[in-house]
Amino acid sequence: MTRRPYERPIIVRHESGLGNKLSRVPALRPQEEIDGVSVEELVKTYGSPLFVFSEQTLVQRQRALADAFAVRWPKVRTAWSYKTNYLDGICRVLHREGAWAEVVSEMELDKALHNGVRPDHIHFNGPFKPESALEKAFRGGTLVHLDNFDELRRAEQVATRLGKRPGVAIRLSVAAEGIPPWTRFGFHLESGQARDAVRRLLAGDKLDLVGLHCHLGTFLLDPAAYREAAGKLAAFAEELRTEHGIRLQFIDIGGGFASHNALKAQYLPAEQATPSFEQYADAVCDGLRALQGPPKELPTLVLETGRAIVDDAGYLITTVHATRRLPDGRRGVVLDAGVNVLFTAWWYRHDVVPTRHLAGIPEPTVLYGPLCMNIDVVRDALPLPPVEAGDRLVLRNVGAYNVTQWMQFITLRPAVVMVGRNGQHGLLRKPETLEALTSWEEVPEWI
Amino acid sequence: MNLGTRLGDLAISDSGFVFDPYTGASFTVNATGLHLLRALKDGVIDRAGLLAGLDEAFDVDGADAGRDVDDFLGQLRRYELLPRDFELGASEVTP
Ligand SMILES: Cc1ncc(COP(=O)(O)O)c(C=O)c1O
Repeated sequence: MTRRPYERPIIVRHESGLGNKLSRVPALRPQEEIDGVSVEELVKTYGSPLFVFSEQTLVQRQRALADAFAVRWPKVRTAWSYKTNYLDGICRVLHREGAWAEVVSEMELDKALHNGVRPDHIHFNGPFKPESALEKAFRGGTLVHLDNFDELRRAEQVATRLGKRPGVAIRLSVAAEGIPPWTRFGFHLESGQARDAVRRLLAGDKLDLVGLHCHLGTFLLDPAAYREAAGKLAAFAEELRTEHGIRLQFIDIGGGFASHNALKAQYLPAEQATPSFEQYADAVCDGLRALQGPPKELPTLVLETGRAIVDDAGYLITTVHATRRLPDGRRGVVLDAGVNVLFTAWWYRHDVVPTRHLAGIPEPTVLYGPLCMNIDVVRDALPLPPVEAGDRLVLRNVGAYNVTQWMQFITLRPAVVMVGRNGQHGLLRKPETLEALTSWEEVPEWI
Repeated sequence: MNLGTRLGDLAISDSGFVFDPYTGASFTVNATGLHLLRALKDGVIDRAGLLAGLDEAFDVDGADAGRDVDDFLGQLRRYELLPRDFELGASEVTP
């Protein structure tokens, strides 16, 4: 008699909720390749864990965003939100596609300049812009978005010292239904603070008001919030035109569009919950309709979309190091990548797929990272058939914020590579070495 | 060692559907799990016997079947399909 293929023996109770969930789990389709390059080949070449970016997806998302808005508004500009992912290779692909830069610190400003972005093609946000940063920005014609009254004053002083009269924008904090307000940034529209800021700016007579900016928040699943916010910005812009004769060059609606990820508390999967760029564009452009004037004179619509462009383009390849049984019956899996490199595991139920067909029935499984810390959980309650040490798992939609917010903690950070559109691949960032790490350390001579 | 009546009275279908008439709970087992459940029900309660049976029916070469059997019995104990203090009989096969 021929022996049947072996699987780890499993028994799973049909529990309220869990049983239903498990029975609804679609078979995990393995992902053996990323844009035609085998995951195994990538790991052999660059090691595991490994971040991989798809140039194809990056370009597709950027173009899809730009196209969705271009057919709905006369002048549209995208400005790549550096903090979302400021690896030079990523930024340069997006700049090649026509994106300007959006930066929130002097370091990011320098990085954008280093990537060859024209200084006057940079939007400069954030609550912390020291004089040196303002000076650099004003010298090059970078568009500064003022955040508070002290900054307004500081900007006037710097402009006066430079003998320049820069065009600036003010950042507004706008209330939109269902969105927790980010009131710590910008001038509040509803309280009248924004009007005070305009009056103050005009009275100072050192800066020209050329734009309005507003960033509502991040991963906003309801396009209606954008309709409301854009409507308020448009109404305010009309007020500026009729009361002060100001014709704005741009209205910047910030970032915040959702990627194809799922928040932990989210019930619907991403395919159902994440609005399309078209839906966001409809909402924004609907809201802006309150603006008067011939199309040629309407302000440029600026988008600072971050995660919705790069998240879907990023993968994290991990390797199973060990498995264990937890006292509550769940399967525990120890991976070689944890929250030290996958910061977004705090918020997202990341999509996880194997690279081979996993036989067997899915069991409730927890994915742990390699850190000796209880908090190092990459996914909890993931229905997964049994895996073995050495198996690879691919976490998808991890391109946003991870390779900027990751920590060098307990282990060294892994390599980041890009797979090109013709099957070529190369490093975006080398794996860290102990030598590189310790090169920043000093030991005082008395030790 | 007494298996307890729970395991003995389980209704087990060929498709791996398991029903516990005492609690009304139902379970799914995979093919190897089904094989082990049936063996236990048939009174094979020593490690060597269970492993030999698995080896006969399945291609276990290269797998850590000893570890997997312990894990499976742990699951049965957790679901109270085996008594908490259930232990396999002596084994010549470990580790
Ligand atoms: C001012 C500003 N613009 C753009 C972004 C990008 O946001 P997202 O990645 O949600 O599109 C952020 C992120 O918080 C931001 O603070």
